Amino acid sequence: MIPAVTPLSPVAIALNRFGLGVRAEEDLPGDARRWLLEQFDSFDTRPAAFAALADAGAIVQHYRVLQRKLRQAAHAKIDDESAELKAARQAFSQATQALYRDAVQARAQSALATSAPFVERMVHFWSNHFCVSADSPEIAAYAGAFERDAIRPHVLGRFSDMLLAAEQHPAMLTYLNQITSVGPDSVEAARAQQRQPGRRLGLNENLGRQIMELHTLGVRSGYSQDDVTEFARALTGWNVDGLGGGHAQEGDADRFAFRPSQHEPGMRTIMHRTYGQDGEAQAGTVLLDFARSPHTATDIATKLARHFAGDTPPPRLVARLAAAFSGTGGHLPSLYRTLILSPEPWAPRPLKFKTPWEWTISTLRGLGQKDPGHLQVARVQAQLGQPVWKPGSPAGWDDVAASWAAPDALLRRVEFAQRLAATYGDRIDARTAGTRILPASLSIATAEQVRRSESPTSALALLLVSPDFLRR
Amino acid sequence: MPARRQFLSIAAVGAGAFWVSPQMALANVATERRFVFVIQRGAADGLDIVRPYGDPAYAALRGALADKPGDAIRLDGLFALHPSLVEFGRMCRKREALFVHAVASPYRDRSHFDGQNVLETGGLHPYQVSDGWLNRLATLLPKTRDEAIAIADTVPLALRGRAPVTSYAPSGLPLASDDLMTRVATLYDADPQLHPLWSEAVQATTLAGHGSTRQDPASLGGLAASFLVQENGPRIAMVETGGWDTHVAQASRLAAALKALDTMMAALRDGLGPVWMQTTVLVATEFGRTAAVNGTGGTDHGTGTVAMLAGGAVCGGRVIADWPGLGAGQLYENRDLRPTASLDALIAGVAAESLGLDPGRVARTLFAAAAPGRPITGLVRA
Repeated sequence: MIPAVTPLSPVAIALNRFGLGVRAEEDLPGDARRWLLEQFDSFDTRPAAFAALADAGAIVQHYRVLQRKLRQAAHAKIDDESAELKAARQAFSQATQALYRDAVQARAQSALATSAPFVERMVHFWSNHFCVSADSPEIAAYAGAFERDAIRPHVLGRFSDMLLAAEQHPAMLTYLNQITSVGPDSVEAARAQQRQPGRRLGLNENLGRQIMELHTLGVRSGYSQDDVTEFARALTGWNVDGLGGGHAQEGDADRFAFRPSQHEPGMRTIMHRTYGQDGEAQAGTVLLDFARSPHTATDIATKLARHFAGDTPPPRLVARLAAAFSGTGGHLPSLYRTLILSPEPWAPRPLKFKTPWEWTISTLRGLGQKDPGHLQVARVQAQLGQPVWKPGSPAGWDDVAASWAAPDALLRRVEFAQRLAATYGDRIDARTAGTRILPASLSIATAEQVRRSESPTSALALLLVSPDFLRR
Repeated sequence: MPARRQFLSIAAVGAGAFWVSPQMALANVATERRFVFVIQRGAADGLDIVRPYGDPAYAALRGALADKPGDAIRLDGLFALHPSLVEFGRMCRKREALFVHAVASPYRDRSHFDGQNVLETGGLHPYQVSDGWLNRLATLLPKTRDEAIAIADTVPLALRGRAPVTSYAPSGLPLASDDLMTRVATLYDADPQLHPLWSEAVQATTLAGHGSTRQDPASLGGLAASFLVQENGPRIAMVETGGWDTHVAQASRLAAALKALDTMMAALRDGLGPVWMQTTVLVATEFGRTAAVNGTGGTDHGTGTVAMLAGGAVCGGRVIADWPGLGAGQLYENRDLRPTASLDALIAGVAAESLGLDPGRVARTLFAAAAPGRPITGLVRA
């Protein structure tokens, strides 16, 4: 039996589907579409909490130096030294975790305080598209800096600029093993062979493959294994300034560096196009071609349509977004404008089941929080099944209901809602909060159950896990 | 937590038909057999897990990753088991484990995500089939036995589909009050998407009882066992594992991932007790890795790999392989282990024999799109 459904108002759609949820005491916008478009002018690229994060590169650098010393000590069987170094490494490992937690707090803080929630949502979208998964100490340290430095500055810019910034960021180069990939016929490979005959340095094709498959063209778009390998050759030499042996460790591990000695000599042929030997620019030129490909336009358009117009994206919207992407050379504000002015994302029924992140942020906004306070957001997201920046795979988190609407995940939301309601239940009246956070669209059944609840705490928790609030 | 459990059974009766009373379930028991699918996400390197040390081309291709004398657990004149798999080795000696080598799903490109999609749906191409083969397998069981469980936060694709499925993973959050639980049940009752999910969640919490709150491999194996041993519990389970995408420093990473798998399996076996004799566990991955070691002490995405089978009913103690060889001209596309056995045919045969179903019918239901040919049988005792 399908319950009596109250159609969603355009303002509710703008706030909840395009934005990150209503913030308790803010005025509701008048014109839904204009409210979204005006956010392009008020987005804060580098919020204070992000800017204040500790230096990730320095932490990673220290961690790696310790790792190396530890290996040497173990090799030389110096036990005393090993114990000391292990303790130091442990300290740095904790430092990376602390930085990760701070960065997650900064992300939540920005999402709660922002006056441009739609643009902030797009940051989360792109950060997931160019995903680095913080499964190692290095990536845990870098993850916040990646979103701040590679994604945020370009969210209202061009796709190709964001692409280049993402692929050249130390987080990505480390995560997808690019920093260890060396051209088999490069100067460095020859040197290594000379120093230690039999030792062969070579390619790692991980970054090349994931750029083609996940970041640009999309899988099954016609490239071959040879194209992947050729692209991996073109990418050799792309590295991180302060990482690596010898003099490299004195550099700045927050910066990209091109190492000509690691670069594979020669021209490259990728998808029937030949690229001259331009060193660093060789792979950069390939990236620009990928960014311009109609496959990339369709891939991005499909993902964007799925995020706003439902798990099965309407083909006409996909076509319109792909045309806007190609027609403007990947100008992202133009792409967003096309999305906002299209009819499909404004369907007056819930189209998406909120991810744990979306649900948490909209909950906190609904409770009037401008910052996460003492709430450990990283921990909460892990408990709810979506640890921030840790999808465990370069494909990022899924954007369909089947991935999130699961029995155990639902139970956890109820448990968490109760915990929050215990704190806020005596301050917030769920009956009035309901009509505020779901303006002109709260269902009759939910309003009824909330009204009948025995305690204010129970009423508030119920509102937060109501079918209306679990979806956008 | 007696109050909570009591509430749950009352709520369950009130909420609808999902609750099956133990007596009814016992009366309708058609199978006491259990089937567990362990997926290795990320393309596990079959050539390093079950090492073809006797192949003349092996040592040169593998370089630093090659098996050293005294290193691995010798299985026969050709194959040796990775040294981390101590418990698997033990099970193999007891004839309770076997390995199928040079196996692959029908997928022949090298994307993890497409490869896992094919492995989990049983399609011939990615996204051709929308539900999972393990869910379709559940529909073949008698009505009271058609529930399955994912030991995970959410339900993986292989288990998604028509048959009701539940998921469970230990949580660190406090339990919600009975009052809230009741009101949520009422509110979700009329919601076609949320109602079945909520029913399953409540039931899984009841089954887990006090439950484990730890996520280490031993606890995970024990948790899966605690569901499977129950008389009215699920007969099919799926466990997800990761850490197999070893592009770099494979020696240490794979050793750690295999150690975790080995520990989880031992805990599952021990937790099942006598039920282990009626259990079959299949371990499989989306595809293998390059035959040659890459420039960074790891391996890149490949094709053929190994699948593992363990359980009290398995006719174990052997490696099954139509070995294609690793020499020049023998590799697939000149870089990967050439597949000579169909993973789909293996799954169909093993699933059928494990649950006492007709292999042909299972193959048609699970892999209609891929049509893998004759199911591989004779691996599990009736």
